[in-house]
Amino acid sequence: MSRSPRQRRMHKQVRQWSRMCIALLITIVFVFPVYWLFMTAFKTPSEIFSNPPTWVPSSLTWDNFAGMTEGDDLRSIFNSLVIATVSTVVAMFLGSIAAYSLARHRVGGDSLSIWIMSLRMVPPMAMAFPLFLMFATVGLIDTYPGLIFLYIAVNLPYVIWVMRGFIEDIAPELEQSALIDGCTRWQALVHVVFPMARAGMLATAVFAFVYAFNEFAFAVVMTRSEVVTFPVQITHHFSPMSAFWARIGAMSILGCLPVFFMVVAMNRYLVRGLSGGALKG
Amino acid sequence: MSSVAHRTSTFDKLVDRHFRHILLLPALVFLLALGTMPVLYNLFVSFQDITMLDENRSFVGALNYKRLASDTRFWEAWGHTFLIAAIALPVQIVLGLGLAVLFLPEFPAKRVFVALMVLPTVISPIVAGASWRLMFDHQFGPVNQILGWFMGEVPVILWTTDPSFVYPAIVILEVWAHTPFVFLLLLAAMAQVDRSLIEAAQIDGASPWTVFRRVVLPTIRPVLYTVILIRFVDLMRLFDFIYALTQGGPGTTSETISVYMYVQGFQQFATSYTGALAFVSIVVTSILIFVLMRRASIAR
Repeated sequence: MSRSPRQRRMHKQVRQWSRMCIALLITIVFVFPVYWLFMTAFKTPSEIFSNPPTWVPSSLTWDNFAGMTEGDDLRSIFNSLVIATVSTVVAMFLGSIAAYSLARHRVGGDSLSIWIMSLRMVPPMAMAFPLFLMFATVGLIDTYPGLIFLYIAVNLPYVIWVMRGFIEDIAPELEQSALIDGCTRWQALVHVVFPMARAGMLATAVFAFVYAFNEFAFAVVMTRSEVVTFPVQITHHFSPMSAFWARIGAMSILGCLPVFFMVVAMNRYLVRGLSGGALKG
Repeated sequence: MSSVAHRTSTFDKLVDRHFRHILLLPALVFLLALGTMPVLYNLFVSFQDITMLDENRSFVGALNYKRLASDTRFWEAWGHTFLIAAIALPVQIVLGLGLAVLFLPEFPAKRVFVALMVLPTVISPIVAGASWRLMFDHQFGPVNQILGWFMGEVPVILWTTDPSFVYPAIVILEVWAHTPFVFLLLLAAMAQVDRSLIEAAQIDGASPWTVFRRVVLPTIRPVLYTVILIRFVDLMRLFDFIYALTQGGPGTTSETISVYMYVQGFQQFATSYTGALAFVSIVVTSILIFVLMRRASIAR
């Protein structure tokens, strides 16, 4: 019945390693489709369109990345970077100060907070259509300001909700003593509260950026040719019978790997970021 | 130092008194203009009869809503949306729970695996859709090839164009993309379960299943409800995956309510009709969310 400590240690190690093997298998299943798409970027056309498929490209070709300099591919990634960055910075600023007001002063009580959160749950396409008509009358279709305004509005509820949680976690005593020391309310907010929420703000900004960078439903209806974003440009490479897979693969690598590493770096705030502040983790 | 406090004009006093409202104002302007106004615009335009050919702005009452009620494509789109949700949601929740249980104890390289599992959830939905469009390709996609290993010969399954396979294809994509989401959130919740409670139950001779049901599950229940709510809301507006994978086809077989709105609004340019469609979908999802939130009681 009873085992020696050594046997028990062995037993534990065996269990750990077998668990790792199952975890490895599962991870492979989940990563494989992305690996497959990414790999098409390094394949020659005959390797992409071969049957049976080429599991590993024979040699890495960089032609598909070089080809991106023609056409709108690089430009679409640039567009997405500009739109996502500007809209994130503005949404972070407006959202954080609003979150402070909600967290500390409870303006509007629970109903205002719930109204703000409910805006995020509405189907994007049900909003995209009237917004399209509204934007068309003021000439905002297919422009940077149009998409930037839109993503500010879409990210605001998220930023407000997450930042409200972060600010609630900060003890109010410090800003109160700053006020007593003669700071204005604004100085107390910018020089005391925000620096303490710095790590959380960075994580919130990363997730807001990723959302705007990846977003498709609004982008596909609000762009024509001038500010086509990265996901929309990918769909331009689809065609009914096949698709320009080599280019889609190359674009996906450039568009997804930075986003992936940014999110993994925010490891500590993954739960808050993914759940949009609904969970604290 | 103290001179700052004494420099108070009437303007400064006003700012000081209404500071909390001033902070909230710019965000509210954005949300009202781009969040609430579109909803009201939908409602307004839905009582008119504007189409691509007819800019008639006179009011026609509930005509568009009557048309909706007798539009089979509208009801089918709801059916498709609920069907996908009814299958994909339980599958991803159960799989996510299972994976979280598997990944909970320590094992070598655990953090690397968990980090890699983030990948399907954070890439653009269009890239995820593109991945599976390529995976499912009947000529040079690996899915049929892998099935061939088990079936003896490589089957010819047209995943994205055969009416009997588009639903499995969509569900596989959806489950693949969001099981990691469920898994990551539940893993974090399970990590916070009190270890001593689990050990005490084990000493009392409880089976792993009993420990899970009686100790782990009650602790993670609020998180579980929230995750289900988030996933349900997201499934109700399913658009990107369909657009990338089947475009609602073949025919209208896999058309969700969001895809139908896109077709009516941006391909048929049926302005007033889409307004009614969008307004109804907002009302329906709001009611569903409200009911679910009451049940989950997560509204803070």
